[in-house]
Amino acid sequence: MKTKLEELLQNGPVVISLGVREFAESLQDQGVEVVHVDWSPPAGGDAEMAELLDKLL
Amino acid sequence: MILGRWEGFMATGYTIKRNQYFDSVFLMQVAKRLSEEPGIEQVAALMGTEKNKGLLAEIGFENAEISSAAANDLIIALKGKSPSTIEVILENLDAWLFRKPVGVSKAVSRTLDEALARQPHANLAVVSLPGEYAAREARRALERGLNVFLFSSNVPVEDELSLKQYARERGLIVMGPDCGTAIIAGVGIGFANVVRPGPIGVIGSTGTGLQEFTSLVHQGGSGISHAIGTGSGDLSDATIGGISTLSALEALEADPQTNVVAVLSKPPGAKTLPLLVERLNRCRKPVVACFLGIGKYPSENDIGFETARTLDEAAALATQLAPGKPVVRTGVGSQEVQALVAKERAGMAPEQKYIRGIFAGGTFCYQAQQVMREAGLVVYSNAPLDGMLSLADPLRSEAHTLVDMGAEMFTEGRPHPMIDATLRRERILAEAQHPQVAVLLLDFILGYNASPDPVGDLLETIAEAKSTASQRGGYLSVVASMCGTEADPQNLREQTRALEEGGVVVLPSSAQTALFSRTLALSL
Repeated sequence: MKTKLEELLQNGPVVISLGVREFAESLQDQGVEVVHVDWSPPAGGDAEMAELLDKLL
Repeated sequence: MILGRWEGFMATGYTIKRNQYFDSVFLMQVAKRLSEEPGIEQVAALMGTEKNKGLLAEIGFENAEISSAAANDLIIALKGKSPSTIEVILENLDAWLFRKPVGVSKAVSRTLDEALARQPHANLAVVSLPGEYAAREARRALERGLNVFLFSSNVPVEDELSLKQYARERGLIVMGPDCGTAIIAGVGIGFANVVRPGPIGVIGSTGTGLQEFTSLVHQGGSGISHAIGTGSGDLSDATIGGISTLSALEALEADPQTNVVAVLSKPPGAKTLPLLVERLNRCRKPVVACFLGIGKYPSENDIGFETARTLDEAAALATQLAPGKPVVRTGVGSQEVQALVAKERAGMAPEQKYIRGIFAGGTFCYQAQQVMREAGLVVYSNAPLDGMLSLADPLRSEAHTLVDMGAEMFTEGRPHPMIDATLRRERILAEAQHPQVAVLLLDFILGYNASPDPVGDLLETIAEAKSTASQRGGYLSVVASMCGTEADPQNLREQTRALEEGGVVVLPSSAQTALFSRTLALSL
């Protein structure tokens, strides 16, 4: 059975992008199916709080 | 919006938009557009991190409200000729911050899960968030069965290890953290050049190394099946132990499109190297390894694969091993080099003797040090190779100096020098002030997501630097490499022509520019 990495190489990327928007746009320009996440920092930007919430939820 | 604070003849104003995250590349573009508005003198468009608030304080924006801004609050601060100019911009800020939707779905996705609901067949998450949040989103992506391309740096090594172990157990890969480049089935991800599909698969812990290798393979007439980035730390630290490199190697071994495998890296960690050598010896496909700066392999007699000293050699060896007939490139011959050296040194003043390399590509800085070391030249660097000297102050060059302008101290809170040439411009002008500087060594990197006009970004600066030297009665030799292909969006031919018209010696690879600079410096 193929691994998920082998499948990625064989089928080519279908992408979820988080962060720099240009990366998503350049993929779209190459004809790649991509969804860009309009991301914002969790829990008001507090990384420790976000980690705590991850553990609780 | 706070307006009307006057400092001499300057009006200032700022606004804070709470809970709106924008990446540094986008904010750089916004700042650039705003600074081109009539009457605007200075612009800062930053997220409210502690470091950025420090930068704002340096230009006079400091108060309790600004201090209260957090990492997910946008701060736009302006200085200009009149309060009304600033007021108009700040009141209409949303128009300046507008971004057209990206992606197959026009609806906005705010989380990974929302995006996955719209794209259930996704097989790769491209994560380029601030380092402190990146591992969290990367883990979520892995948990949902996605491979991860992790561009972010500043991800703690414990997180890197746990992400990579988690991925490996499930047949996934984490490319990164600090992974700049990949080409998967012909698709360029991050900073990548447009290259021909072909039989050579390459694994690299170095982004610019992958770009140079894939471009040189393309120039040599062959092509790339996949270029898999692993992140700068994958082989260098024994705690990671090359997890992503091994996963990539197995996948390329199994991949029917790949006939030859190349591995590019700085020297692997002492514990990792013998394991990697042993695994490469067992590879079912021909292997070319290029560990830049490596002194010695553990037991040289037991190496069952080709080894290359430079990226040029690696590309040439891989191309020879691949099926098909390589294009024979006529490089710059030694007679031609001697003639060029003679021409470049002709106008120099007697005190001119030093090389100053101001690199956008960290790997080019590293490789150039290796080329200098081979001839016994000792250089200073902010990222020194074994046997080279560390700059006491990375902002000030000494003797022969090669600077990696992509190093963390130069890129924190601002885009990479491949996108934003501001710091390289400043550094080039600073170098030109020193009468002992003879050679300015530069690299230009084309491809997706790099500056749309890397040469144009520096052309005036180069002319100014040359003019500073000639006004002193000397001549500044500027030597540059161009990493890219004719299929890249920036137009390789035009970029090269513009440099040559500016009096720059342009050579086809970074290793060749290092060699040329070395020959020139040794002749002085």
